[in-house]
Amino acid sequence: MRILAKLTWVEIKLFIREPITVVFTLVLPLIFLFVMAGVFGNTPEIDPETGMEIFRGVGATDYYIPAYIGLVIASIGVVALPVHLTAYRERGVLRRFRASSMSVWTVFGSQVVVSFAIAMLGTILLVATAIPAYGAALPRSPGLVLAAFVLSVLSFSALGVLLGAILPTTRAAQGLGLILFFVMMLLSGAGPPREVMTEAMHWISDATPLRYVILMLQDPWLGFGWNTPASLTVVGIMLVAALLSARFFRWE
Amino acid sequence: MTAVIEVEHLRKTYGTTVAVADASFQVREGEIFGLLGPNGAGKTTTIECLQNLRQPDAGHLRVLGLDPQTEAVTLRRRIGCQLQESALPDRIRVWEALDLFASIVPDSPDWQILMEQWGLTDKRRASFSSLSGGQRQRLFVALALVNNPEVVFLDEMTTGLDPAGRRVAWELVRAIRERGTTVLLVTHFMDEAEQLCDRVAVVDNGKIIALDSPRGLIATHTSDIRVIFSTDVADLSWLEDIPQVHRVDRHGPRIEVEGSGPVLALVAATLVEHGITPTDLRTEQPTLEDVFLRLTGHGVHD
Repeated sequence: MRILAKLTWVEIKLFIREPITVVFTLVLPLIFLFVMAGVFGNTPEIDPETGMEIFRGVGATDYYIPAYIGLVIASIGVVALPVHLTAYRERGVLRRFRASSMSVWTVFGSQVVVSFAIAMLGTILLVATAIPAYGAALPRSPGLVLAAFVLSVLSFSALGVLLGAILPTTRAAQGLGLILFFVMMLLSGAGPPREVMTEAMHWISDATPLRYVILMLQDPWLGFGWNTPASLTVVGIMLVAALLSARFFRWE
Repeated sequence: MTAVIEVEHLRKTYGTTVAVADASFQVREGEIFGLLGPNGAGKTTTIECLQNLRQPDAGHLRVLGLDPQTEAVTLRRRIGCQLQESALPDRIRVWEALDLFASIVPDSPDWQILMEQWGLTDKRRASFSSLSGGQRQRLFVALALVNNPEVVFLDEMTTGLDPAGRRVAWELVRAIRERGTTVLLVTHFMDEAEQLCDRVAVVDNGKIIALDSPRGLIATHTSDIRVIFSTDVADLSWLEDIPQVHRVDRHGPRIEVEGSGPVLALVAATLVEHGITPTDLRTEQPTLEDVFLRLTGHGVHD
C-alpha cells in the first residue's frame, strides 16, 4: 500500500510537470466549453424545419458539461495513459521498476488512481467555469452521476492500460490515441448534437466507448435517471480491457 | 565460504545468435566477483538471467539459494541491481526516485545517507533529465543499494564517469563489500577488474575462458616482465646476450626489454658495465590487459 501511495503521488507530480499533457487533458475541454456555450447559449432549442428538439430538449451548455467530463476521461484513457506507459516501456523505466520488485498491480493501480485524480480536477474546472459563466445547472442526481463517473474512469483507464500494453512504441500510442480522441470528440456526443448527424455518423458514434460514457453521465446529470444499457456497455468494455491488458502486458 | 550465486551450464540464445554458450561459475559470500570481457561477450545476459529479467534456454541458476525463475519476487527484495539499459521518468527528482524505490521494501535504510555517500545531495531537487551521465550512473547505483541488498549486481557501473568519479565509485564498491554485501560486477575495463575484484571470470564470445584472482590470472597466463628505460646509445645488441632476456624493442630513445626471472637486476648490472646509468629504469608488471590479449588474441575494444 505504501508503495502504491508513493508511486501515485510521484505520478501525479509528473503529470503536472508535463505542460502539454496538462493543456491537452484539462484546458482543451474548457476551450470547447467556451466555444460551444458561447455559440449555442443555454436555452432549450427546437429545430425550426423539423420541429424536433435538439440537445435532448435541454440548454446546450447543460448538455455539453457531462459530455466534456466524458471527454476529459477519454483523453486520459486514449492519449495520456497509453503514451505514458509506452514511453515507460520504451525507455526502460518499467524494466527498472520490475528489477526493483515493483509489481505490475502497483504500476496499473497507480495509473488508475492518477486517472481519477486528474478526471476529478478536470470536472471541477469545467463545472466551476460553466456555472458562473453560463448559468449551467448542477447535476439533478449527484449520487448517480458520481457512480457513472467512477465507472467511466475505471473503464477508460482499463482501456488506456490496454492500449499501453499492446502498442509497441510511444509514436504509435500518440498517433492512434489522437485519432481515437478526435473521432470520439466529434461523433460521440461532445461535438455536434446527435440529432443533426447523418446515419453513418450514428453508426460510428455507436461503436465508440465514449458514446456510452457520455450517455451514462448525461442521463442522471440532466434528470433522465440511470442509463442501464449504457452502463452495462461501459462495464463490459472495462472487463474486457482489463482481461486483455493482464494477458498482453509486457515489461519490455 | 558459501556460494551465494551458482551458475551451471547457463545457455541463452537470441534467435541464431548465441549470447551465452555455456557458462558455469560460483560467487562466494562477501567477495567482489567480476565478469570481464568486451561488449557483446554475454556478460549482461548472464546477470539478467540471474535477476529473471531474461529466461535462460538451459542451465541451473541459484541466487541466495533461490531459483530466479520461480522465486523472483522474494529474490528481488534481497538483491540490488544497477541495470545498463534503464531509465527513470524525465521529470522525476533525485530525492523522489530514492524515496520511491526505498518504499518498495519494508524497513529499508535511510536513503538520505546513500544520497550523501554517492554525492547526490547537491542534486536532490534536480530532475532526472537534467543529470549528467555520471550523476545518473551514481543515482542508479544508489537505487541498487536502497533496499540494503545481500547481493548487488553492478553492470558497467563506471561507464560515463570521469577518472575522479571512477576512483570514488571504486572506493564505494569496496565500502559496499565491507558491509558484507556480495558484489557481482560486470565491466569491460581491465583496470577496474584488476583494482576491485577478488576473482574475475574472463568472458569472450559467450564463454568463460579463465577464472581466478587478478594476480592468479596474471601469474598463470603471462610470464614476461617488461624492463623500461631511456638511452641514446645506438647499439644495445649485448643486452640480448643475457639468457633471461627474450626481446629488446626500441621506440626512439625508449627501450623495452622483455624477459623473465631476475631480468631487472641482470639488465641493470649489464647497463652499468657498459657505462649507461639511466635515471628512469623501471619494470612494468603484466596486467589483465596482457592476460586478455594472450587468452583471446584480441583486445577488449576490437
